[in-house]
Amino acid sequence: MSDFTSNFWSIFVAGIAIFGVLYCAFLLWFSAQVKVAAHDTDDGTTGHVWDGDLREMNNPLPRWWLWLFIITMVFAVVYGVAYPGLGSYAGKLGWTSKGQYEAEVAKANQDLEPLYAAFNAQAPEQLSQDPKAMAVGERLFMNNCAQCHGSDARGSKGFPNLTDGDWLHGGTPDKIKETITKGRIGQMPPMAAAVGTPDDIRNLSHYVLSLSGSPHDSVRAALGKSKFGPCAACHGPDGKGIQAIGSANLTDKIWLHGWGEEAITAMINNGKINQMPAQEGRLTESQIHVLTAYVWGLSNKPAATK
Amino acid sequence: MVSLYAASKKIYPRSVEGVFAYWRWIFVVLTQLVFYGLPWFEWGTRQAVLFDLATRRFYIFGLVLYPQDFIYLTGLLVISALALFLFTAVAGRLWCGYACPQTVYSEIFLWIERKVEGDRSARMRLDDADFSLEKLVKKWYKHLIWIFFSIWTGFTFVGYFTPIRELAMEFFLTQMSSWELFWVFFYAFATYGNAGFMREQVCKYMCPYARFQSAMFDNDTLIVTYDTERGEPRGPRSKKAEVDGLNLGACVDCTLCVQVCPTGIDIRDGLQYECIGCGACADVCDTVMDKMGYARGLVRYSTQNAMDNKWTPQQIWQRLKRPRIQIYTMILVAVTMGLLVSLSLRTPFKVDVVRDRSTLSRITEYGTLENVYRLQIMNAAETVQSYHLSVKGLPGLKITTETDVMVDPAQARWVVLRADIPYGSVESGSHKIMFEIQATGTDEFVVEKSVFIVPR
Repeated sequence: MSDFTSNFWSIFVAGIAIFGVLYCAFLLWFSAQVKVAAHDTDDGTTGHVWDGDLREMNNPLPRWWLWLFIITMVFAVVYGVAYPGLGSYAGKLGWTSKGQYEAEVAKANQDLEPLYAAFNAQAPEQLSQDPKAMAVGERLFMNNCAQCHGSDARGSKGFPNLTDGDWLHGGTPDKIKETITKGRIGQMPPMAAAVGTPDDIRNLSHYVLSLSGSPHDSVRAALGKSKFGPCAACHGPDGKGIQAIGSANLTDKIWLHGWGEEAITAMINNGKINQMPAQEGRLTESQIHVLTAYVWGLSNKPAATK
Repeated sequence: MVSLYAASKKIYPRSVEGVFAYWRWIFVVLTQLVFYGLPWFEWGTRQAVLFDLATRRFYIFGLVLYPQDFIYLTGLLVISALALFLFTAVAGRLWCGYACPQTVYSEIFLWIERKVEGDRSARMRLDDADFSLEKLVKKWYKHLIWIFFSIWTGFTFVGYFTPIRELAMEFFLTQMSSWELFWVFFYAFATYGNAGFMREQVCKYMCPYARFQSAMFDNDTLIVTYDTERGEPRGPRSKKAEVDGLNLGACVDCTLCVQVCPTGIDIRDGLQYECIGCGACADVCDTVMDKMGYARGLVRYSTQNAMDNKWTPQQIWQRLKRPRIQIYTMILVAVTMGLLVSLSLRTPFKVDVVRDRSTLSRITEYGTLENVYRLQIMNAAETVQSYHLSVKGLPGLKITTETDVMVDPAQARWVVLRADIPYGSVESGSHKIMFEIQATGTDEFVVEKSVFIVPR
């Protein structure tokens, strides 16, 4: 109950609930005591007469109705003790909506275990040929991955395309599984100080563009080549990137954070930290296994654009 | 002294024969044949009528309904309510007396009771009698049949929600799931309790319809009436006596009308809220009138106006033309037609378009601008169906992924598609586009709106 600074509301709510039950009990007891005096009448009326001729009929409630009342009161008491119904009181059964949700998820996972067991027995390469597994994989992808990577897995600016065979951290099933399970952090440090003047940086940008044969100013590119030294530490002397540390391949015309002089200059100046969140704990190992097969299959199929 | 709570007095309705009793039994048989029989019918490879809650598909013969078709349930309920209004305005509690499950099951349970324990007087004697072997055997026998019948009823009820043939297998192998078991026995318990014990108390104290129906009554509504003018003064007399000389009305005060009444009222006191309009008293009174050689109809279906003004049946029929009936009928016909037309025009598939939100748009290596969409295509038919997708709304807009997709019978499928336009061909902003999805080989199609986003 950290939402409240005092337990006033808890007591208030519990008080009303308890008062309601007690008041019902009192009302029942009280109304059972009352016997309406039937003065001189024997005609089933209460004897009350208004306006000379308006008589009040006695239309008694059936007695079994009384029992229903009592049952509801007993139920209210049992419920109030067993469940968290009285203010902040947790209830004897210790039930919580969160607990129920987690139990249901655990049960669903357990029910699906036989299905996943068959999937787990296969290697991802094999599994990606199994339409049943891929139907499951597609759903998992839609629910867990598509938000960033897009429904068609082609990503967008800042979110890698998973269908193009280009991998920052490696495209083998083992590496993909590692990426999904543990997540990844891609880091490009700001390099402006190491490179030099703004003009040096522009020259370097054109050199980087030239690596992939993209449109560039060849004079500037030639000037920028000598400034590539600090970059080569991560991107390799040939600019092809090193998957072990997740550095980007600069020679393949794939520009995760935008291409052109402006984008590259900004990247050199400011750097970038990009994150793939770890799915461990959110998804089960079996689910990650199927997802691995699905993601691997996206770029390892004759018709990858299905 | 009068208590505010009353112990309920058990009512022992006497058996009755006659034209209304005949019709009541016709309705008992018809409604129960439908209820117990329907789930056993097959339609192709599946149960003809099945409300599959787990997969949320409702099969009604050739029709498959989905949660998206919920509006039809609303339509059905509106029609039911209006039909109830109409019938009540015309003929009072026709539903209560003849077709309501409460009446029908009470009738069946009463019939069983009568077969085992005998008619009214025998049953009263048995209940009054001290404990004996005969009493024990009869009571056990009756309850055994009631319980058997109730369980069968509960089983049938569950058979509408889970395939009844499988359920029967599970039942005999005692392999029913705990929820199936619960509902079978819960429904059985409700049947047993309501039809065996509660009976008229349900109508008197629990049923809301019984209470608000008076709002639909008017002076031209058919009700069970006692012809006071003809009947009073009541009194017993010899069968041979001449009525004229006795200074007595036609009512011989045999009290049979009270004895047969399932709600235990005396119709001679006039219209009462307990009366379910079953006409048992009219039937039994007619047999007495026949025996006495008097004209039938001392207790009969008539209207307040007809009683007051001594109308002929033709004049009662005339009053069917009153505005209330015409309006009810018109609305009922209109809603029914609307529902039927809407059902016949229903496309056998549904489509939802969801634009990928995280990805505004992409520039592709081919110099185009693309947006990504997810289409959920739900095939409501029970055959595999292929669909052709197309899009329009912008110059040069086309789908670059597969445009023909197959969806399995009664399944939904997510289809990811990309649409693109030449880069720079349209100004930036959000543009309305339309997806057209055509079921291949038919002229059924659905048009869904979406937007195409061009970034700045």
